[in-house]
Amino acid sequence: MNRSLRKSLFAAASAIAAITVTGGAVAFCGFYVGKADTKLFNKASKVAIMRDGERTVITMANDFQGELTEFATVIPVPVVLEEEQIHVTENAILDHLDAYTAPRLVEYFDEDPCMVYDRMEMMAAPSSVALEDGAKLRKRDSLGVTIEAEYTVGEYDIQILSADQSDGLATWLKQNGYKLPEGAEETLESYIKQGTKFFVAKVNLEEQTATGLKYLRPLQIAFESPKFMLPIRLGTLNADGKQELFAFMLTRTGRVETTNYRTVKLPTGMDIPTYVKNDFGSFYKSMFEQQVEKENERAVFLEYAWDMNWCDPCAADPLSQDELRELGVYWIGGGDKPGIMPRRPMPQARNVFVTRLHISYDAEHFPEDLMFKETNDRSNYQGRYVLRHAYKGDAQCEAAEQYRANLPKRFESEAQTLANLTGWDIDDIREDMNEAGQPFEEPKKDSWWKLLWGNDAKDG
Amino acid sequence: MALSFIKDPRIYQIVTLSGLLAFGWTAHAFEIDPVQFAAIVLASCATQWLGSILIAIRPDFKSPLITSLSLTLLLRADAVWPLAAAAAIAIGSKFALRLGGKHVFNPANIGIVAMVLFTDAAWTSPGQWGTAVWFAALLAGAGLFVTYRSARFDVPLVFLGVYAALVFARALWLGDPMAIPLLRLENGALILFAFFMISDPKTSPDGAIARAAFAGGAAVLAYLMIFHFYITDGLFYSLALMCIARPLLEWIDPAPHYRWGDPVAPLGGIRKQKQSKTNSVHPVPAE
Repeated sequence: MNRSLRKSLFAAASAIAAITVTGGAVAFCGFYVGKADTKLFNKASKVAIMRDGERTVITMANDFQGELTEFATVIPVPVVLEEEQIHVTENAILDHLDAYTAPRLVEYFDEDPCMVYDRMEMMAAPSSVALEDGAKLRKRDSLGVTIEAEYTVGEYDIQILSADQSDGLATWLKQNGYKLPEGAEETLESYIKQGTKFFVAKVNLEEQTATGLKYLRPLQIAFESPKFMLPIRLGTLNADGKQELFAFMLTRTGRVETTNYRTVKLPTGMDIPTYVKNDFGSFYKSMFEQQVEKENERAVFLEYAWDMNWCDPCAADPLSQDELRELGVYWIGGGDKPGIMPRRPMPQARNVFVTRLHISYDAEHFPEDLMFKETNDRSNYQGRYVLRHAYKGDAQCEAAEQYRANLPKRFESEAQTLANLTGWDIDDIREDMNEAGQPFEEPKKDSWWKLLWGNDAKDG
Repeated sequence: MALSFIKDPRIYQIVTLSGLLAFGWTAHAFEIDPVQFAAIVLASCATQWLGSILIAIRPDFKSPLITSLSLTLLLRADAVWPLAAAAAIAIGSKFALRLGGKHVFNPANIGIVAMVLFTDAAWTSPGQWGTAVWFAALLAGAGLFVTYRSARFDVPLVFLGVYAALVFARALWLGDPMAIPLLRLENGALILFAFFMISDPKTSPDGAIARAAFAGGAAVLAYLMIFHFYITDGLFYSLALMCIARPLLEWIDPAPHYRWGDPVAPLGGIRKQKQSKTNSVHPVPAE
């Protein structure tokens, strides 16, 4: 088999995807808490975008799983990029951003009902950083394709192409060993007419070996453009079925939303049955799929919108100054103290707002690239699901009686919530809840005289 | 008396916009707090009352109510004050910025433009309406009726016609699938803008030719701003700019001013107009 010809064409977000190699281990303090990170979803791409005015830095995770020689990507970019505008970073930073913004499960334990109620919740995680660079040139071509520049950055060989005609570009790509999916020419034509350049990256095996890594690191590009968008059209061409995209937006002003698709907040803050703790992942996936369905598969979902200075509860620490700078947040200084986990806004505000968008897309429901807008909305939002453990102790008082009598009603409402959110069968849920110690039958009430004299009356 | 009340197209507009708001609230499409809504209504009615007193006319609260509903549907903020400020600016502009016996700016439009352009406290959510076709159609139907009643049937049609033609032409030139221009046109905010904002008879020219130029010009400006300069609020800016240019259009094509409740165009005239879209057979409302 001709290996070079089997190189496949990925595009933007699709090539640029989740990594599962260096997952940031989560250090729990106190009670267990779970999170639903991007690893739950197959074919998930992760992209971080710093946007401030027209300044843009895009960081694209690379989840390519096959032979490294077969990796190739074509990404539409608005301008010809200089070598200094291209960079390779570490997966750990995107993993950290993923962990920090992930939908979270929190847990409360009911106190002794005879005492005053109290609550508890917990969470935590780690971080890391890196750097790299390359070389330069310029060529022309009979196909109307101009190689505007060529660089080696990190383990990638990069070319920036501009083209007059899509068939010329298509031929060029084919000649250079790219396999073009059907419909690619039309889409390339549209990009060419809009003055788009093409960022083409392959793996430089020597450089890759030198890194000593078994995976490909995220590529970064920095540029200025009035277009605030993410090209997804090429990626939908060769996709079988839907693709998942996680876009992490780092802005100065506020939340980011799409202008050509509806951005919807996922349901949050609900009490759900405690057994979900064992499988938060499948709960979250089912819930997400249910919401996608509900919005006719055409919505972009908001999973997190928060001031980067803090979190509550924290699924992971906020990103460090160094990490943020690495992701393109140029307006903050580097170097800060590690090991902080602020639950409240820190006094030295860093003015970074993070938005996590989750998109499940295909060509049919998302025909156009994602167009974004930064709003002035600084209100915080997080995907947060609550487990409320009933008090198990042997409390004896009027309040305890009432508390226990109310539990089945509470469990039932949790069951209903879970069924509504996930579309799971309510009877299955009830069964699982019963097994997990959340029964629905009313506890036997003690007679009032038992309460009066107690059932452990001592002789004497 | 009762008849003249029903003749006023603003009644229909209030009912339709309220219905949309109720729909938006129940379908969770709009994130706006009832307190914010109340503040908008309060600020606009108070400004109307104050303005009316200052120029010694009887205050009428139908217009501020319509402005309030439009602002509630289109403008967003975290706090209450930016929305109240938008409402005050909107209504205040009716009294403060006048030229040739008419107010210069469309009230809700200038309220939105002022807040979005000059503060960091408010924003618009053009994508939040979703693209469900039926919803846009529903809006359009209701909007048509409202504008028909106010004898400005041609403005939304010209605006949407020109805008759609540009968006489709762009897609054809780029070789894009038609799903892309359709996606852009199935936008609730666009339809709402066309039928409930730009069509306001008080701030669109009275002459039919001038009106067509006004609507067409706004469409071209909006298209250029959105698709070539990537200005997401281009829709609103385009109307504000056309309002500034309006005296010139009115000078070229003068006509008597419209008054609420003026006779509407006969149905036959409207049919004729539908076929030829931009011609000038629209009857000039009697003064």
